[in-house]
Amino acid sequence: MIIANSPTILSVQGLRASINGTEILKGIDLTVRSGEIHAIMGLNGSGKSTFAKVLAGHSAYEVTGGSIQFEDKNLLELPPEERARAGLFLAFQYPIEIPGVANTQFLRLAYNTVQTQRGKEELDPLEFDDFVREKMKLLEMKPDFLDRSVNEGFSGGEKKRNEILQMALLEPRLSILDETDSGLDIDALKIVANGVNRITNKDNATILVTHYQRLLDYIVPDFVHVMQAGRIVMTGGKELALELETRGYDWITANKQPAAGVSA
Amino acid sequence: MSAVLQSLVNQPYKHGFVTDIESDIAPKGLNEEIIRLISTKKNEPEWLLSFRLKAYEKWLTMSEPEWQNVHYPKIDFQDISYYSAPKPKKKLASMDEVDPELLRTFEKLGVPMHERAALAGVAVDVIFDSVSVATTYKQKLAEVGIIFCSISEAVHTHPELIQKYLGSVVPVGDNYFAALNSAVFTDGSFCFIPKGVKCPMDLSTYFRTNTEGSGQFERTLIIAEEGASVSYLEGCTAPRFDTNQLHAAVVELIALDNADIKYSTVQNWYAGDENGVGGIYNFVTKRGLAKGVNSRISWTQVETGSAITWKYPSCILRGDNSVGEFYSVAVTNNYQQADTGTKMIHIGKNTRSTIVSKGITAGHSNSSYRGLVRIAPTAEGARNYSQCDSMLIGDQCGAHTFPYIQVHNNSAKVEHEASTSKIGEDQLFYFSQRGIDAEEAVSMIINGFCKDVFQQLPMEFAVEATKLLSFKLEGSVG
Ligand SMILES: Nc1ncnc2c1ncn2[C@@H]1O[C@H](COP(=O)(O)OP(=O)(O)O)[C@@H](O)[C@H]1O
Ligand SMILES: [Mg+2]
Repeated sequence: MIIANSPTILSVQGLRASINGTEILKGIDLTVRSGEIHAIMGLNGSGKSTFAKVLAGHSAYEVTGGSIQFEDKNLLELPPEERARAGLFLAFQYPIEIPGVANTQFLRLAYNTVQTQRGKEELDPLEFDDFVREKMKLLEMKPDFLDRSVNEGFSGGEKKRNEILQMALLEPRLSILDETDSGLDIDALKIVANGVNRITNKDNATILVTHYQRLLDYIVPDFVHVMQAGRIVMTGGKELALELETRGYDWITANKQPAAGVSA
Repeated sequence: MSAVLQSLVNQPYKHGFVTDIESDIAPKGLNEEIIRLISTKKNEPEWLLSFRLKAYEKWLTMSEPEWQNVHYPKIDFQDISYYSAPKPKKKLASMDEVDPELLRTFEKLGVPMHERAALAGVAVDVIFDSVSVATTYKQKLAEVGIIFCSISEAVHTHPELIQKYLGSVVPVGDNYFAALNSAVFTDGSFCFIPKGVKCPMDLSTYFRTNTEGSGQFERTLIIAEEGASVSYLEGCTAPRFDTNQLHAAVVELIALDNADIKYSTVQNWYAGDENGVGGIYNFVTKRGLAKGVNSRISWTQVETGSAITWKYPSCILRGDNSVGEFYSVAVTNNYQQADTGTKMIHIGKNTRSTIVSKGITAGHSNSSYRGLVRIAPTAEGARNYSQCDSMLIGDQCGAHTFPYIQVHNNSAKVEHEASTSKIGEDQLFYFSQRGIDAEEAVSMIINGFCKDVFQQLPMEFAVEATKLLSFKLEGSVG
């Protein structure tokens, strides 16, 4: 929801980043305020995941210009774990498998780390078990998820649910969901979207990265941005997603404004 | 490798200190005279001297093995002192009389002996540079008829048992290093669990090499009679030295009908510095004979130290329905080299063996799993399951697997699984995106990887092993 005068959570200016010497992000500007849901759409390869990973601090990318302000912090000065502890969350497009590490153990360590950061009590294994089971109901997940190794042998849909479960546990200030809809059938999509909607509120913000309109039927964005070749080339309201759905991306060129443009 | 990971991997060796106790050192070199000297020093009976001399003769005809996948400068066996003992000031009647310096050493190692003995119910047969200084809890064990003492003591108190069993599993000429050990061994542990007795506590020995330039030749013999069972813990750390120290131990286990021997090791000998200078050469022969029906021999090892590890704890499954197990974690970092594994020799009917080997390789180190499963023609219905997993940290290290499978009975079932994985940058990023730093992430991944082995360790050892691993290497990128 767009709230007048709500505080800025994320402010990205002129962000440029490269990997192995190839520039992928070529000057991104984006402002996200508390309560808002932003969608970033764009064709495969346009740089959406790169942007998400650069925000989270992946060490493979080199930031070559611009700034990222996250609440009162200069994000570029923080290692990824401190960004996470500060309340930045990334639901991965391709969640990583960690053989041998039980999901429950991983979730609890992540949860307790973030709790400690917030000056709150840690949960012991039994307390955590009760707590996580409640959250799992929200996403209609089977209890045996907890005992399996992190993401190992999970189906695509299970992996995505596991990401949103972590979002539910960690209660981030800013969540970036990278293609959370891909690999989900329509029922799973509804469950996940419903989960996300229960988590979002006026005190946090969400960036949905997707290249389908489908997800946006269930999680309604306040802003839609179009990414092309490492830049945000157009910004509009939720109607823009529908327009992209029918017209594709070809009609957009860097300097064009959408029919019903809203400036972010 | 990022700077933070680099520093985590390269933590200095915690147990690197030398205790200053006056030592009684034999002149360097190996010859018949030295062997006679050792035997005389230890006041040994004639038969043991002939055992040694026979081994020495064998050794002279043998040559150092070269098939293993480790590389080190030639050892000059004449440049080693084969005997060193702390000078006993007087006979010790209790722990209170043990040299306080020695006690402090154990404190530094985190092994407060008295506490360990009293609180944890562990009897510690303290071995300090080849000679037993103190033996505790002997009485409690004696009540149930268990003999747990140094092997040199047992030579005098129970010569018939030593004479019967010493060299019965590992013959004097078994291999080059076993022959050397048989010729010059100075001390070690002896355990005898009589018929029907379940040992009421874990038996534990803490080894420690102390005198620079003196080889350490431990000799351990454990016998479980019919229906007996015992769990034995061996842990070792060594002070930090620049020159390489040769360590060639022999351990023999014998399990009679329905007996059960579980032998657990956490090995943390000095591994050399980050440039591969110094460190222990560890050439160990460990073998268990599951002699009786339904007997079981189980080896669990966590190998983290030594510049060179050459070690294949093995089981000879002679009794029908006998069981052999080998659970191993081998960690190498910097320039460490390990060639380790097991041999499972199935002779009896319906014998079963399980091999679980986890190799973790970091830095410039090299690790090989070498395992033999042999099913003899007599081993009707024998089964083996082997699982060998390697984890690589960084891209300068090497992991190798050499399984040898020899099946001479068609009814046998042998399964072998192997995998190689890497701790990748993406895994660490995933953890860090959840607020978990690299150190904790690696520790969690490694402990997950080693879970099947750690589960086999006695509780307190498992905790120690977990800490040791986290300490030894907390990560790197693929
Ligand atoms: N390791 C890499 N080296 C070079 N180029 C890369 C690398 N990884 C991704 N890219 C390129 O970066 C661009 C953006 O990729 P990505 O951010 O994954 O796009 P999206 O998520 O929008 O599909 C693509 O052209 C891709 O080929
Ligand atoms: Mg993507």
